[in-house]
Amino acid sequence: MSTDGDLLHTVTADDISDSRRRLGKAMVWGAAGLCAVLAIWQMMYETGRVTSGFETWRPILYAYVLWAFALCAAQVIVNGEKGKRTLFVLPAALFVISLVVFPLLFALYISFTDWNLASPNGPQPNGWDNMVQMWNDGFYWNALKNMVYYVLAVSVEYVIAFGLALLLNAQIRARKFFRVVFLLPLMLSPVAVSWMIGKSMLEVRFGPISRLIREMGFEPSFFGNPEIARFMIMAMDAWTFIPFLMIMLLAGLQALPSEVIEASKVDGASGWQSFKEVIFPLMLPVSVTAIVIRIIFKLKLADIIINVTSGGPGGATDSVTSFIFREYRDRSNVGYGTLLAMVYLVLIVIFVTLLLKLVSRWMERPA
Amino acid sequence: MTATQTNAVFKDHAADNRVKTKWWASRVAIYAALITWAIICLFPIFWTITTSFKLAPDVMKGNMIPWWDFTPRWKGWESIGISPRLIGEVSTVREEFLKRFWNSTVIAVSASLLAVILGSLAAYGLSRFNYRFGFMRNSDISFFFLSQMILPPVVLALPFLVLYKSLALLDSRIGLILLYTLMVLPIVIWIMRDQFQGIPVELEEAALVDGLGIWGSFFQIVLPIALPGMVAAFILSLVLCWNEYFFAALLTATNATTLPVMVASQTGSQGINWWSMAALSSAAILPLVIVAIFLEKYIIKGMAAGAVK
Repeated sequence: MSTDGDLLHTVTADDISDSRRRLGKAMVWGAAGLCAVLAIWQMMYETGRVTSGFETWRPILYAYVLWAFALCAAQVIVNGEKGKRTLFVLPAALFVISLVVFPLLFALYISFTDWNLASPNGPQPNGWDNMVQMWNDGFYWNALKNMVYYVLAVSVEYVIAFGLALLLNAQIRARKFFRVVFLLPLMLSPVAVSWMIGKSMLEVRFGPISRLIREMGFEPSFFGNPEIARFMIMAMDAWTFIPFLMIMLLAGLQALPSEVIEASKVDGASGWQSFKEVIFPLMLPVSVTAIVIRIIFKLKLADIIINVTSGGPGGATDSVTSFIFREYRDRSNVGYGTLLAMVYLVLIVIFVTLLLKLVSRWMERPA
Repeated sequence: MTATQTNAVFKDHAADNRVKTKWWASRVAIYAALITWAIICLFPIFWTITTSFKLAPDVMKGNMIPWWDFTPRWKGWESIGISPRLIGEVSTVREEFLKRFWNSTVIAVSASLLAVILGSLAAYGLSRFNYRFGFMRNSDISFFFLSQMILPPVVLALPFLVLYKSLALLDSRIGLILLYTLMVLPIVIWIMRDQFQGIPVELEEAALVDGLGIWGSFFQIVLPIALPGMVAAFILSLVLCWNEYFFAALLTATNATTLPVMVASQTGSQGINWWSMAALSSAAILPLVIVAIFLEKYIIKGMAAGAVK
């Protein structure tokens, strides 16, 4: 992953004059100063201490962008060749930091306020009230419990995807056709899927699947019973994301050394034996990577739930994201919703860290 | 096994027949499984596209095969203003639809481009040079970028709502483009780092000896070689951005709404008006279905990049 020392080693004799260095520093600090002055001015305008100011914070954003460009340019001006190297990573790093770190800090502040967009007073810090409310909020815990079920469903998806990958890797005709067809569900937006399957094919009166079930002599009801509703959501999500697992596993299968499998055949292993003793163990690293990424995607599951069941019946299908979405959409509860999201983030970070630790200990290889 | 080897010349031996039937059985099983799954994958798409040509009685009777048990009509497509009859006329619904379509296109393409540019640069830097920002080394920086994948969108959604409000970026394309770029950047970096690690350093060393700078050798030597990988990353980002719903639903209202938001807003109000919903859904998924059919190679390449090290 990482290397010691530059892979691409360059020896340069930069002769950077003092004035050039000063120019670079002046650019950065000048832009930063401009940004800070504008921000303080606007802050004072909003709190009513100065009478004139900007209508929105947009000019401060421009000043910030100017500062970012100045910082990038100054790298080359001050550091020469070394700065040119820094310039590769700096734009992306600045972009991510300004779009993640600042909003996260802001979120931390919001989550300890009672901010409701409908209330006229704006945010008022309310200490641990949101925390207490969360502790007593049965629906949030229920949504967390549902997430456990949803994550566990990944194991079934993995089995199906592995089977499909094996099929595609077998000696078959029209392999490209099947590969394209199997890939298609991944291309569809979850919102379209929730209409196509959730709202029309599973429609109780006229949907083709309901019709099929009625033919077989049962009364179709997909979203009335909590367990069945949850299963339907899992199935729809699986339908869109199995191709993702399948392609990663297929890539792994195609990269397997064919000598090993042939050797196992020569030694008289049956198909099942060679799968269990050779292919599966060799595929473990790929499997783990695919499953970890799939779990990370699964933790963001929301679109289908929002559009098909909106969490019903009785919160049985709620994921954390869809629950918070409704908390904001229906109740405008920004403060409480943000706290829930922050708690979820902490839980996810703990969970994924443990998962990665476990995996790397088990595999003796960082995933 | 021994029986088959000794009597290999005559194919009608009992043992041979057994092997043959077994081979045929496995063939049949494999193709049956493949075709079953192909039907599972294709049926919803088939259903949506055919429903967009149905009338209410066809839907209620459960007719499925066009020209055989129902006659295709343009009614569904007329409701979004796209049909042979309406194509020449002015239609507000079509303008509405095209506006959303255009929003989706602009946002998805620019976000993916921005992500590929920023991500490729960062990935190249991380795969070639040794950095030290404070306590962070190369592996820490890589981890910092990749860890953004874990961040659930819901954590950022509400702060961004408030921030964008004060920046007057709410309901604007730029706002969504920035967020989508952030969302796909880790994936792009992941794919591109893999690409660059596969390119031998000697190429750039030769270029440096011949007098190019590091940026010159990056643009003139490395970039053309890494282009297929960049296309793969671009298409994967395009798919993710085109389909994104959560941020678009929260942060846009009228001007910058994308297609998924339009589809979602129609599901509630239209009730049993299936043909128009089906037409809208088909129109929303068709671009990516076409992308999948023609650029499948790149999508698979992109997704496989991280799997096999």
